[in-house]
Amino acid sequence: MAQMPASSVQDSSHVLETHDLRAHYRMKYFGIDREVRAVDGISMHVRKNEVYGIAGESSCGKTTFIKAIAAAIRPPLEIVAGHVNYSFIKGDLYAMPAADRSAIRWRHLSYILQGSMNVLNPVRRIHKTFEDFAFRHMHLGRAEFDQAVKHHLERLRLPAEILRAYPHELSGGMRQRVCIALATLCKPEIIIADEPTTALDVVVQKDVLAMIRETQSGFGSSMIFVTHDLTVHANVTDRLGIMYAGRLVEEGRTADVFANPMHPYTAHLIASLPKIGDTQSRNALSGSPPNLADPPKGCRFHPRCPLAMEICRYENPALTTLAEDHRVACFAASTKVQPANDEGSGEAKTLEMAR
Amino acid sequence: MRSYVIYVGKRVLQFALVVFVGISITFLITHLTPIDPVEHSVAQVSAFGFSSPESIELLRQSLRELYGVGDNLWEEYLIFWQRLAMLDFGPSLSAFPTPVSELIGRAIPWTIGLLTVSTILSWFIGNVIGGLAGYYNRNRILRIIGMIMMGLHPVPYYIVAFVLLIVFTFMLPILPSSGGYEMNMNPGWTFQFFGSVLLHSILPAFSLILVGVGSWFMGMRALVSNIVTDDYVTYASLAGVPERRLVTSYVMRNAFLPQITGLAMSIGAIFNGAVITEQVFGYPGIGRLLVEAVHAADYSLVLGITSIAIIAVSAAVFIIDIIYPLIDPRVQVSQ
Amino acid sequence: MIAVFRDLFRYNGEFAIGFMIMVIILGIAAASFFSPYEPIDSYLVALDAPPSTEYLFGTNSRGQDIFWQLTFAIRNTLAFGFIVALISRILSLAIGLVSGYVGGAVDRILMSINDTFIVIPLFPLLVLLYFVLRDDMTWFVLALVMAGLGWAYDARLIRSVMISLRTREFTNTSVFSGMSMPSIVTQEHLPYVLPIVFSTFMNNMNWSIGLEVTLAVLGFTDVDTPTIGGMIFWANQHSAMVSGIWWWYFFPTLFVTLTFIGLFLLSISMNEYIDPRSRLDRMGNS
Repeated sequence: MAQMPASSVQDSSHVLETHDLRAHYRMKYFGIDREVRAVDGISMHVRKNEVYGIAGESSCGKTTFIKAIAAAIRPPLEIVAGHVNYSFIKGDLYAMPAADRSAIRWRHLSYILQGSMNVLNPVRRIHKTFEDFAFRHMHLGRAEFDQAVKHHLERLRLPAEILRAYPHELSGGMRQRVCIALATLCKPEIIIADEPTTALDVVVQKDVLAMIRETQSGFGSSMIFVTHDLTVHANVTDRLGIMYAGRLVEEGRTADVFANPMHPYTAHLIASLPKIGDTQSRNALSGSPPNLADPPKGCRFHPRCPLAMEICRYENPALTTLAEDHRVACFAASTKVQPANDEGSGEAKTLEMAR
Repeated sequence: MRSYVIYVGKRVLQFALVVFVGISITFLITHLTPIDPVEHSVAQVSAFGFSSPESIELLRQSLRELYGVGDNLWEEYLIFWQRLAMLDFGPSLSAFPTPVSELIGRAIPWTIGLLTVSTILSWFIGNVIGGLAGYYNRNRILRIIGMIMMGLHPVPYYIVAFVLLIVFTFMLPILPSSGGYEMNMNPGWTFQFFGSVLLHSILPAFSLILVGVGSWFMGMRALVSNIVTDDYVTYASLAGVPERRLVTSYVMRNAFLPQITGLAMSIGAIFNGAVITEQVFGYPGIGRLLVEAVHAADYSLVLGITSIAIIAVSAAVFIIDIIYPLIDPRVQVSQ
Repeated sequence: MIAVFRDLFRYNGEFAIGFMIMVIILGIAAASFFSPYEPIDSYLVALDAPPSTEYLFGTNSRGQDIFWQLTFAIRNTLAFGFIVALISRILSLAIGLVSGYVGGAVDRILMSINDTFIVIPLFPLLVLLYFVLRDDMTWFVLALVMAGLGWAYDARLIRSVMISLRTREFTNTSVFSGMSMPSIVTQEHLPYVLPIVFSTFMNNMNWSIGLEVTLAVLGFTDVDTPTIGGMIFWANQHSAMVSGIWWWYFFPTLFVTLTFIGLFLLSISMNEYIDPRSRLDRMGNS
C-alpha cells in the first residue's frame, strides 16, 4: 500500500478522498524566494450524507485546503503533491481537462461562502444569478427552470419576490439564505461551506444553521463545513477535523472529539470554550502559530505544547487511528503514534505497523 | 424617487457653481488688461475703413457694455451676466458686423459632432480592449496593443495630429488636409455633402481617438484586474459559469460603471485636445475659431468662445452626472 | 525611500527605462550651460543646414544651431513643468490632507470647489489670459496660473488616501498611544502618501508641459525664450515643412516625446509599486 493509486475513490461510501495533499504558495519577488507551505500533507475522506467539519485558527490553512479541493488554485498557489478524488469523477481532480472540471462545478460540487456581502454580482438580479449558475445543468426549458427555482425557494421557505431583487436590496442573512438555495438547487453530491455564518449576528446565525442542516439532510448531500467557531461545529457536524499549521492534528466523530480530545491543541481549544457557571480562569497558549514559510522542525505544535517531549522536536507525528473513527497526530497521545515520513505517505506506514 | 430629485438638485447647484466660478474667472481675466480694450478694438476696426460712423458708435457702445470700461466693477459684472444670459456678445471685430453668437453658432455643431463621435469611440474602444487586456492578462496581442495605446497616450494631441497630417496628406496624399468639407461644395442635405463631411472628419477624429484611447485602456485594465479578484467573480467562476458570461456580465459590466464617471471628469481635457486638432486640420469648429480670433485680436469673439466653452463643458458633465444613477443598479437613488 | 528606488530600478523594467530616458533628457538640458550661443540670438550660423558633424541636429531658417537651441528648449520646458508640478503639489497636498482629515462640512465645501476646477476647461481660459496680457504674460505668470488651476484632480486622490488612512486601525492605535496628530501624519502616514505624490508629480509635469507645448505651438506664449513648443512655432512660421527642413520639426518632437514617455513610465511604475494587488500579481508570475 505504499503507492496510492490516482483513480476514483477507494471506498464507494466516500464522496471525497484526499491523499497526502500539499498546496504551497510559491513566490519570487524582488529577488526573494518564499514558499509558504499552507497545506502540507492532508489525507482524509468525507462519507456520503455526512457533515465534516474543519476547525482551526486563522492562517492554519483551512481556506487553502478548500481551494485545493475545489480546484480554485491560482498562482502563486500551486498543488505540489498529492491527489484529490471524488466519487463522481474518474481519476484525480487535477488530471481532468479544464472543460470537464467546469462541467462538474455546481452540479456535483457547490459552495456556500463567507461574506455574503459580496458573493453575488451587484449588477444582476437574483433570478439571473440562478440562471447563470444552474441553468445549463438542469436541462430544462426556460419556463420549467423558473418553475423549478421557485419551487426550490418555496421548499426552503424563501419568498419568491427575492428573485427580482438586486443583492444590495437584501439583508445579509437573506443573502446567505439565497446562497444556500443557490448551492443546493442542483442537488450536488458535496457542498463546501466556508465560514457561512461568521459574518452574521447570533440570531440569524441560528436560522441559517438550521437551514443548512435541513437542506443537507433533506437533499442528502455531503458537506465540508469550515469554521473556527467550535460551537457551530458542535451543532452541525458529524465528524470534525482539527487543522494546525497546514496539517490535520486530530479527526473524529464530533461527540468523541469534544468528550475526549486526544491532541493537546484540541484539548486546549475545547477547554477554552465558555461554559455557563464555570468561573475558572483560562490560560492562553503561549506563542503564536508558526510561520508557514519556515515551519519548525518536527511536530509543528511543539514550541507551544505543554506535553512536548524530546522526540517532538525532530519527528513529525503521523495521523494515527487510536480509537474507532478517531485519529490523532501526537506522540504524547499514545506510543502507537510513529514518526511520519515527511515526503511520503506516513499514514500507510503506520497503519501497517499498528496492525 | 425622492432621493433622486434631491440628487439632481445638488447637481444643479454644482453646475451653477461651476458656471459661476468659471465665468467670474473669465471676467477677472478680461480686467487684467493694461490697455483700454474698447478704444483699442475700435481703432482696429476703423482701420479697415469699411464701417460707417453709426456702426462704429454701436460697436463702441456694445463694447463698453461688454467690458464696461470706466463704470464701476460691480455694475460691469452684472451687465456681463445679463448679456451672457441672452448669449449676446456683441458684434465680432474681425468679421464686423456679424454678431459673435452667430459665428459661434455656425462653428459649434462641427466641434460637437467631432467631439461626441471621437469621445464615444475612444471611450468604448479603449474600455473594451482595456477590459479584455485586464482579464486575459497573458495574451500577447492584447499586451502589444496595450503598449501601443499607452505609448501614444502621453504624446500631446498636437504632435499626433501633426504626424497624422504629414503621413496621410503629405507623404501618402489620400485624405484631405483641411476643411470640414470639400471647398467648393454647397452645404446641404445631400449624400455627397455628408460623404465629404465624413471624409474630412476621419483624420481629426482619428487623431483624437489615438490619443484618448490610452487613458481609457489603462483605467479599464486596472479596474478589471481588481474586479477579477472580487468575491462575486471568484464565486461565479467557482460555480463554473461559462467564461464569456463571466467576462461580459460579471466583470465588464461592473467595470464600465466607474468609467462613466471618469468620462464626466475628462470632458474638459478632451475639449482642449479638440481645439488643437481643429487647428491642425483646419476643421471649422470653435477651436479653430478661437485661434483665429486671437490672431485677429477679436476680443468679443474670444470672450464669447471662452464663456460658451465653460458653459458647454459644465452642461455636458451635468448631464452625465444625472444620467449615471439611472444606469447603475447599485446606486439607490432610483427605485 | 532609497531602498524603494533601488528595488524599482532592479526589478521593474518600466522604471528602469523611464529613469534612463530622463537621465538622457536631463543630460541634454545640462548641456545648455555649455552652449557657445546665446539662446535668443539668431542668424549666427549658416541657414537651413541639414544634420552633419558640424551641426549635430542641423540649423534652422533663423540661423540657429538646432542642437544648442534644443538644449535650452529642454531646459526651459523641464523647468517650467517642474515649477508647475511643484506648486500644484503643494496645493493638492494641502487641500487633500485638510479635506481628508477634517471631513464634514469643510470637506464638502472643499470638494465642491475642487470639482469645479476639474470641470472647467483650462485651455480657453489660458488663451484668454494670453489674449489679455499679450507680452506681459511671462513664463512665470503662466506657470503660476496653471499651478493654480491644475491641482484639483490630484487633490481628490490624496484626499481619498487620507480618508482610508485615517480610518485604519493603526491610526487609532497611534492616537490612543499618545502620538500627536502632526507626528502621526509625518511618521505613519507620509510613507503611504509620498509615493503617490511622486507619481502624480510626474503626471502633472507631463500635463503642464503638454499644455505649454500646445500653447507655444499656437504662438500663445513668449516665443522668444526657446522652448520645445516655441521651436515648432518658429518652424511653422518659416514654413519649414514646405521647404523640406524636416530636422527643425523632427528633433524637438523626438525629444519632447521621449520626455513624455520617460515621465510617464516613471509615474506608472511608481503607481504599480504602490498598489498591493499588482504586486501580488508580479509575485506569482515570475
